[in-house]
Amino acid sequence: MAIGVTTTPEKSKPSGSIINDPQVRGIFYQVITLVVLAAFVYWVADNTIENLKRANIASGYDFLNGRAGFDVGQSLIAYTSDSTYQSALVVGLLNTLLVAVCGIFTATIIGFAVGIGRLSHNWLIAKLSLAYVEIFRNIPPLLVIFFWYSGVLAILPQPRESAALPLNMFLNNRGLAFPKPIFGDGSLYTVLAFVLAIVASFLVARYARKKQEATGQRFPVLWTSLGLIIGLPLLTFLATGSPITFDVPIAGKFNLTGGSVIGPEFLSLFLALSFYTAAFIAEIVRAGIRGVSKGQTEAAHALGIRPGLTTRLVVVPQALRIIIPPLTSQYLNLTKNSSLAVAIGYADLVAVGGTILNQTGQSIEIVTIWIVVYLSLSLATSLFMNWFNARMALVER
Amino acid sequence: MAKRILTALVGAAVMGIGTQAASGATLDDVKAKGFVQCGVNTGLAGFAAPDASGNWSGFDVDYCKAIAAAIFADGSKVKYTPTSAKERFPALQSGEVDVLARNTTWTINRDTALGFNFRPVNYYDGQGFMVRKSLNVKSALELSGAAVCVQTGTTTELNLADYFKSNNLQYNPVVFEKLEEVNAAYDAGRCDVYTTDQSGLYSLRLTLSKPDDHMILPEIISKEPLGPAVRQGDDQWFDIVTWVHYALIQAEDFGITQANVEEMKKSANPDVQRFLGVEADSKIGTDLGLTNEWAVNIIKTVGNYGEVFDRNIGAGSPLKIERGLNALWSKGGIQYAPPVR
Repeated sequence: MAIGVTTTPEKSKPSGSIINDPQVRGIFYQVITLVVLAAFVYWVADNTIENLKRANIASGYDFLNGRAGFDVGQSLIAYTSDSTYQSALVVGLLNTLLVAVCGIFTATIIGFAVGIGRLSHNWLIAKLSLAYVEIFRNIPPLLVIFFWYSGVLAILPQPRESAALPLNMFLNNRGLAFPKPIFGDGSLYTVLAFVLAIVASFLVARYARKKQEATGQRFPVLWTSLGLIIGLPLLTFLATGSPITFDVPIAGKFNLTGGSVIGPEFLSLFLALSFYTAAFIAEIVRAGIRGVSKGQTEAAHALGIRPGLTTRLVVVPQALRIIIPPLTSQYLNLTKNSSLAVAIGYADLVAVGGTILNQTGQSIEIVTIWIVVYLSLSLATSLFMNWFNARMALVER
Repeated sequence: MAKRILTALVGAAVMGIGTQAASGATLDDVKAKGFVQCGVNTGLAGFAAPDASGNWSGFDVDYCKAIAAAIFADGSKVKYTPTSAKERFPALQSGEVDVLARNTTWTINRDTALGFNFRPVNYYDGQGFMVRKSLNVKSALELSGAAVCVQTGTTTELNLADYFKSNNLQYNPVVFEKLEEVNAAYDAGRCDVYTTDQSGLYSLRLTLSKPDDHMILPEIISKEPLGPAVRQGDDQWFDIVTWVHYALIQAEDFGITQANVEEMKKSANPDVQRFLGVEADSKIGTDLGLTNEWAVNIIKTVGNYGEVFDRNIGAGSPLKIERGLNALWSKGGIQYAPPVR
């Protein structure tokens, strides 16, 4: 636009009237649009403030420090009805994050499996994958959630007839109950050993890669890491005298008491979001793999690389470059779809916020919080995926 | 400032860019558009529920009809907006509905901070618990450890938390936004206990797959005065909604029914004559911004309070709720109308 202003008058004069100057016109239209937009925003703002005043509603975020007064069924942090609205919102946010992260993880695994399955030469696997994609991709996510929720509630037994699973776990229509670890004195060492084992595994993987690049010899990374991650904490645990005990669920009057419980609301939302999003991810993966030219596979085969290794070492790394950008959108979709939790009573950010909205009447403030939180979550996911994409991009030498 | 503008922008979405709410005279708006927009429950048998062909009926619905009858002499000039517990307040605040007749509890918070006005209590209720008979629970104090189904955004949800806390009981709340979802979850055995206003429990029990397997516990843990709500700042409209209720009570007090209202116009009792607007130079309705026939029109449309009660939730309905506190003051209850004079 600055160009329009700095153009010398000598040059624009020959074209005649200023009205016919396309650059002036362009600026004119943009100014008009801006003014109309600003006027609209002002009108909306003015009307809202006026209406709020008339309805005698105080605005601002002070209400967040008030006592919530209601309980939340599922909470990752300590929360009672005496906590503030603010902590209630944090509980909701953490629940949203929990289901989003678990969902993204599972959806990615299922999606990759099904996507690769669709390209399989095995007729049955290919057709089953096709059926999976077509079914889940073409049902609204809310229906998938209802399907899982009524399914979970209808199939699972009543609490008094809980199904006993191995490791002292129980399954009934109140969820999956499992023993809760109670950390006694000295259990810190076991946790430390676990962290140490993970760090060591990373170092082993790096060493193995260097060794292979230098000598061509391969090192059994997977088995070494597994041994480290399981063995080291286990040894420490036994050496420090088994300080961790388990609170095992036992039958109470209404339901099992003790232990930890994953509620059916979380289970069904998590399953529904994973299965629904996986159908889209499968198609993205298939497109990505198809996008790698066939010559690459043929060249790998000609070099004598086995089909499994060809997929893992030749095709997938190249396909990832195509897969990651649309995959990001699916992750964002999954996170946003988690707000459908409200339909089945999972205490996510929208559900908890809705309760607060109702009790305080601060609808504008709560809606703003919702928008800001989902916007931040999405932008953070995008940022991470962009970074990942840049790392995966083909490095040209 | 930037924060304020963002707030306002969001508000546009929430408040439905309502110029309607900005207009003070609700009665003029209602007369101009030709119907009353009434916020009701999404489906609570006896209070507000649509039948198979979409016609609404129920205790709260009769209040909507009575208001329409008072204004238009025609109880059908109502449009219903079904609202969940969560949606009801923004709907009234924004002007989407003119009056909220949706078994809403009158609390100081709603009367002040939320910007509403309540006056007549058309149903005195209290919160109760429903359980399966097979659990062998006789009192709410035996409910420690139970999973409790409750609707979000209700006073019920808060009373529940307070009751269990003050009695040192543990519970696991299972919270849904829509009544239908709470019903389905309780019916499927997701929770041991269902809590809401006791009138609601009687109504909901009928919709369960096996109503006889469930019982309502004796404890009532709260006061739930239910009544119609309007926005603050429009006294005329507030008066109309208020006096529609008192007219229904007064009619029962006088023994005026849907069937005998025309006859009662000829009554020699000056109180009745004044109430029905047949007194000479009467201003009984015009002072409200209505016609002098307003009470007659209400009674012709829905009957008196007793008839409304019996037909929808009382002896003449499947709910069979006792009048209890909702009997007239002269018959052992606390329903009472100021004098029409």
